Amino acid sequence: MASSSAAAPAAKKKKAKTPSPQNKSIIKVAEHTVEVVSDPGEGAQKCAQTFGRVSAKMGNGVWTVEIIPAEIQPPPRTPPSTSGNRVRIGTKPVTNWGDAAHLVVAFNEQVLLHRHRANALNDDCAVLIESMWEAHDDEDIRKEWAAAMEEMSGKRYRFIKVPMEEQCLTVVDNPRKGKNMFVLGMLANIYSRNLDLIREQIEVEFRKKSQAVIDANLALLDLGHAWAEANLDFTVDVPIEPPPVPMVVMNGNQAIAMGAVASGMELCAMYPITPATSASHHLSEIFENYGGIVHQAEDEIAAVGVAIGSSFAGKVAFTITSGPGLALKTEFIGLAVMTETPLVLVDVQRGGPSTGLPTKIEQSDLLAAIWGQPGDAPKVVMAPATMEECFLCMITARRIAEAFRCVVMVLSDANLATGVQPFPRPNVTRDWIAAPLDLSPVPDGQKPYDWDPKTGLSARIIPGRQNGMFRATGLSHDEDSKIAYSPDVHERGCEMRARKMAVFQQSLRPPKVYGVDHGDLLVVGWGSTIGAIEEAVDRAREEGLAVSSLHLRFLSPLEPGLKEIFNRFTKVMTVEVNYSDDPNAPYITDENRRRGQLAWLLRATTLVDVDCWTRVPGHPLRPGQIHEAIRAHMPKGA
Amino acid sequence: MIQLGCSLLGSAIADDRSWEMDDYQAATARWCSGCGDHAVLAAVQRFLADLQLPPEETVFVSGIGCSSRFPHYINSYGFHGLHGRALPLATGIKLRRPELQVFVVMGDGDCCSIGAAHWIHTTRYNPNMVALMLDNGVYGLTKNQTSPTSPKGVRSNTQPKGAFLEGMNPIATTLGVENASFVAQTGDWVPDHIYAVLKAAYEHRGFSFVRILQRCPQYTDQLYLNAMRDSNTIELLVHPDGVDVPALKQIYKNEVYHDPADLVNAFRLAQLDDKIRLGVFYRNDDLPVYEEVRRVSPKTADEKIAILNAELDTYAL
Repeated sequence: MASSSAAAPAAKKKKAKTPSPQNKSIIKVAEHTVEVVSDPGEGAQKCAQTFGRVSAKMGNGVWTVEIIPAEIQPPPRTPPSTSGNRVRIGTKPVTNWGDAAHLVVAFNEQVLLHRHRANALNDDCAVLIESMWEAHDDEDIRKEWAAAMEEMSGKRYRFIKVPMEEQCLTVVDNPRKGKNMFVLGMLANIYSRNLDLIREQIEVEFRKKSQAVIDANLALLDLGHAWAEANLDFTVDVPIEPPPVPMVVMNGNQAIAMGAVASGMELCAMYPITPATSASHHLSEIFENYGGIVHQAEDEIAAVGVAIGSSFAGKVAFTITSGPGLALKTEFIGLAVMTETPLVLVDVQRGGPSTGLPTKIEQSDLLAAIWGQPGDAPKVVMAPATMEECFLCMITARRIAEAFRCVVMVLSDANLATGVQPFPRPNVTRDWIAAPLDLSPVPDGQKPYDWDPKTGLSARIIPGRQNGMFRATGLSHDEDSKIAYSPDVHERGCEMRARKMAVFQQSLRPPKVYGVDHGDLLVVGWGSTIGAIEEAVDRAREEGLAVSSLHLRFLSPLEPGLKEIFNRFTKVMTVEVNYSDDPNAPYITDENRRRGQLAWLLRATTLVDVDCWTRVPGHPLRPGQIHEAIRAHMPKGA
Repeated sequence: MIQLGCSLLGSAIADDRSWEMDDYQAATARWCSGCGDHAVLAAVQRFLADLQLPPEETVFVSGIGCSSRFPHYINSYGFHGLHGRALPLATGIKLRRPELQVFVVMGDGDCCSIGAAHWIHTTRYNPNMVALMLDNGVYGLTKNQTSPTSPKGVRSNTQPKGAFLEGMNPIATTLGVENASFVAQTGDWVPDHIYAVLKAAYEHRGFSFVRILQRCPQYTDQLYLNAMRDSNTIELLVHPDGVDVPALKQIYKNEVYHDPADLVNAFRLAQLDDKIRLGVFYRNDDLPVYEEVRRVSPKTADEKIAILNAELDTYAL
């Protein structure tokens, strides 16, 4: 990664004169990371998201990450109230949120402090900060400002005080609603963003508001732009390379909603839960146009029950939830497995256990997803790694669920859910879309569980078909769905439900190693960490370390050929966003150490002594952190 | 005759099939002899044959418990689901396949305890289906535990000194739910009444909640013994919009002419505990039915692709 100073060290003038565009310094870099932070309700998120979307639309690589407080209205002007986004833009595609920001726009010094304490800012980060607090009427605020500045004085941040409120008051009465557009204008100037695209985006985002509101926002945008033009002595140029194929830009939850539509599924039953709900919001807006519905059930259990009932009677349905909801749905998942009713379940993971970190990323549901149901409940568990995969995996999931008469769990996470990234525009084809219902009579002799003894596969019968009547049951049953009264019936049922998962696994291709296919260390990951892991691997390889990585999309059953791949490396280590014990911590031994969830799985499956490096900071892993972990975990003598 | 599967596919095609009561019989019922479930099953099979409901378009959904074995004994489609969760499954079926005839069979623990949330909310969704709550005031399958409808003082393995609390009143509870559209009560010892209530429930457009009072011969055989022996303990609710079974008038002299449109009087009757009241407490055919409220026009694959492409345009760079 090209590390760059955001602002040239030139121009250390206290009072900014009016630099003409000619003597502005242009910082030309391959990528740049900007954060916008405010109190909730001040609109930093909308500002940064718009900036990210417009940057993507202009052809930059983009990755955005939300910075969100857990509460709706935390006390303002405190570090925990920090709300906003990080946007990393690049000339090439950007695959993760990077390490530290080069530029931050802060609406007060307390939210800035939050980012400082999180080590989220480069040592020489340019800080555009609202100036109104420094000389505020309230003495406490002045003291808070001074203390914050003192705390940050060890860094070489370049502070640029911006009279946001004062400026905005020239256009609107309540600058709390509007500062964000002023900031967007500044960013547009700094990064030379296309103002027409921004105006278009503002009109889309405020389409439910009055024209007066839209006009005020547009005026603020222009004001911010003009202020930056007149007062800032630098601009940032992240050159654009137009992508070779048409692209779309959306966040992971939108991609899941759109993918569900493209899969031809027609019912989503859900119960509100963060961070999954925004997918349902999006789906609620559009699904009916496609003949689909979103059913908001009375609870998580009913949500999955409605989806299973709907699948039982027709097209595959899905439900979407997060960790606590997954726990509640457990019994019904078992029923779907036992009755071989197809079901797609999306789990947008968050920090756990219990209520945990509702708005923050974690990859802690893997083992619960795979093993969480009492009894043996084989199913497919897959994890998209990018926004594009969020879209595509819904189509794949629907097809697997149908073809294998099984439950398919899709494990997304908060990082994918809210992050925005451009990806090649999907070319929607007919065979993505579920076929109409087959209501023809069932041929004589066809049983509801006509298990092929070799593969465990059987054709599904749905109500409405003559000659096919059967009673699905969660009780152990035979091919006729008759309740099992003998031991061999239960044995056979378990075997058949497991066998088809083996058949499915045989249809998968071995995963591809990123980098050289042998070496000293192999880093294995899953889900949203792919970009950060691969960036870290690239940096380590540049240093001469023999490191490669492997990213798994199918976690249950696991993709084939893993043992063979692992054997080509001296050491294998997972990198995950879930908890594991530090092997050097008190009381921790090799026997009692809790390991990363994928590490458990890989150890059990391959009998390779897979190590792990995991963290649960509530935010995505940074490539720099992983790079350090790689260095620390290189096998001895490597 | 050409069989095109679901008769709705070809409404012009004459379906000359017909079904006897036996045609609706699947596995032989394994309930204890003397169990009220047998009477309900017989009434249901008689009803299905009388109405000639095509078995392939009929779905029986149940939870877990003795009575939830019901679908296994009816030759239709069936889904024997989870304890307390029959109603979400049934709602899912009805939402996407409104043309199917859906019947739900639950027990008292199933519906009023572990599944209480679904009972209340499905009443509010008001899908067009019949829900039979077979209420014997005890958990039978798990061997004699107090249920939410066990009368106070009735002994069980979990409350050996007798139930601590008054039992729930499922009729009054259902009547209190917004959108409740059909609430009736019948008893396993009056098969003709079960039949009449079932028919009224089926003909009602909306969620028909039917509580069927019954004994468990193992654990609550005393529960309605008095009601069976002394016809004076019973009061029939009669009305042309509810049920009126002339044959019963010989046995049951107490009857009240109750208009099921009168919710206030329905509440009053549901709260009185001087007699056991059988009949339709409430009925309102004008309430919105969930699967109709949520009805959307289907789209072909090509239509979907066109809309999706237009949608993707809004995300295009």
